[in-house]
Amino acid sequence: MISVTDLTRKFGAKAALSGVSFSVGAKEIYAYLGPNGAGKTTTIRILTSLTRRDGGMVRLNSFDIEKNPLEAKSQFGLVPQQTNLDSDLSVEENLLIHGLLHHMDRKTIRRKIEELLDYMELSDRRQSLIKTLSGGLKRRLLISRALLHSPRILFMDEPTVGLDPAIRRSIWGFIKKIRNDGATIFLTTHYIEEAEFLADHVAFLDAGKIVAEDSPANLVSGIGQWAVDYLDDNRLQTAFFNSREKAGSYVLNRANGCTVRRVNLEDAFIAMTGRKIS
Amino acid sequence: MTRGWTAVYLREILILKRRLAKLLPTWSVSPLLYLIAFGYAVGRHVEVGSHSYLEFLLPGLTAMASMTQAYAVASEINIARFYWHIFDEFQTAPISNLAYVMGEVLAGMTRAFLASLVILVLGACFGVVLFYGPMFWIALLLNSFVFASLAVGCAMHVKSHADQTLLTNFIITPMAFLGGTFFPLSHLPDWGQMLLGLLPLTHASHAVRAAAFQEPVQSIDFLVLIGAGGLCFLFAILSVNRAKA
Repeated sequence: MISVTDLTRKFGAKAALSGVSFSVGAKEIYAYLGPNGAGKTTTIRILTSLTRRDGGMVRLNSFDIEKNPLEAKSQFGLVPQQTNLDSDLSVEENLLIHGLLHHMDRKTIRRKIEELLDYMELSDRRQSLIKTLSGGLKRRLLISRALLHSPRILFMDEPTVGLDPAIRRSIWGFIKKIRNDGATIFLTTHYIEEAEFLADHVAFLDAGKIVAEDSPANLVSGIGQWAVDYLDDNRLQTAFFNSREKAGSYVLNRANGCTVRRVNLEDAFIAMTGRKIS
Repeated sequence: MTRGWTAVYLREILILKRRLAKLLPTWSVSPLLYLIAFGYAVGRHVEVGSHSYLEFLLPGLTAMASMTQAYAVASEINIARFYWHIFDEFQTAPISNLAYVMGEVLAGMTRAFLASLVILVLGACFGVVLFYGPMFWIALLLNSFVFASLAVGCAMHVKSHADQTLLTNFIITPMAFLGGTFFPLSHLPDWGQMLLGLLPLTHASHAVRAAAFQEPVQSIDFLVLIGAGGLCFLFAILSVNRAKA
C-alpha cells in the first residue's frame, strides 16, 4: 500500500532524510517513532506531496506521487500536526469544502458528514465555528475531514500531540476503529505508549535514518523483559532482565530509589542509538 | 483539468460572506476620502474636458478599487498559507494547479466586483451617476482578472506576509496613483505617457472612463488587458509548485 525507496532530502547542508526505505501493508498501523528533528514530519510531508524530495521513490497504492500526482493524492487522507481548519467556517463547511476538493457529489458529502460526525461524536457541533472548538474537538474534526473521502491510506502526523491523556486515549480508540474498518495508517509520534498501544510495526528514525524496523514486541525482545531504573552517582541508569525475579533480586542488592518496570520501546531506542526519544 | 475549482472558490466566498459586514466599511473608507478630498474639496471648480472633476474621478476610482481588491486575494492566500496552513489542504487534494488558480482568481474578481459597486453607490451619494453599460463592466472584469491573477502568482513566490506588503507597496500603490486614476495622462510629457501606457491600470481607467462617458472604448485598451491577464494567469499557474517547501 505504501512503498518508499531510498528517500533523501536536504535542507541546506543538513540532511533531513538519508536513504529512507520502508513499506506498509494493507490494514496495517505503522508507527514512525523518533525524537524531535529526526525527520518524521519531513517524511510525512514528502509522502503527502507537501514537500519536495531530493531523491527516492514513493508509491501509494501503486501510484507514483511524481508520475501520477492526482491519482496518488486521491488515495490518502492527512491529519496534520498543526490544525489547518478554516477558523471562519463552521464544522460542516470545512467538511463540505474538503469533499468538493475530492470531487465528491453533494449528496454523498452530506451523507458522509452525517456518518463521520456521528462516528467522532461531533454531531452536536455541526454548525459551530472552528474558533469555538477545543483542541480535542479540532483534532477529532481533522480526523473526520481526513476520512471524508474514504481514503485507503491515512497519514497522521503526531495525532495526539498537546492533548491531555484522556482525550489522547479516546483518539487512540478512534484510530484502532478506523484500522478495523479497513484503512492503512501511517503515523508519526514521539509518544512511546502511543506506538506501543497502536502499532503493528514500528520504525525507529534517528537523524534522518531508519535504525530499526519491526513489531513492538520484537524490537524490545532483544534487551530483556523487565527494567530496573536506579540512580548511580546522581545519574539515572537502567538495567535489563529477562524475568521479574531477577529484576527483584537486583533491587534487593541496591540502595533505595530503584523502580522496576516493563521494558518499553524507548529502552530499545536508547539501546540502539544511545539517545532518548522524548 | 479544472475539477475542484468550485471548492476553492466556494471557500473564499463563504469567508467573504461571513466577513462582508466588516469589509464593506473598509472598502468605503479610502474611496470616500478621495472623493471628499480630491473630488469635492480640491476639484470642485475643476473641469476635465466637458466633465466635472468628480465625474472624471469616479471611473478612475472604480478601476483602482477593482485593482486593489482583486490584488487583495494575495493577502488572503498568504494568511491561509503562513498562519492557518490551509494551503496544505489544497496541496494534498487531487486538483490541478489550473483548478486552484481558477478558484482563487474568480474569488479575487468577485471581491473586485463588490468593491466597484461600493464606489458607484458612494458616487451616487455625491450626485455622480454615469452610464454603466456592458463595456463598463467588461473593462472592470478584465482589470480584476489581470490583478487577481497577478496576486495569485505573487502570493506563491513570497516567503512571508511581510514580503507581500513589500510587493503591494512597490507594484499596486504606485499604479493606483499613476494609472490614470486622478489625472488625465495627456497632461504628462510624451515619455511619461508612454511609460504609464505600460501599466494595465492605465488601460483599465481609459476603458472604464470612456464606457462611463458613453464614448467609444479603444480596442487597444481591451487587447492590453486581455494580454496582460493571460500572461498573469499563466504566471500564476506556473508559480503554484513554487509554494512547496
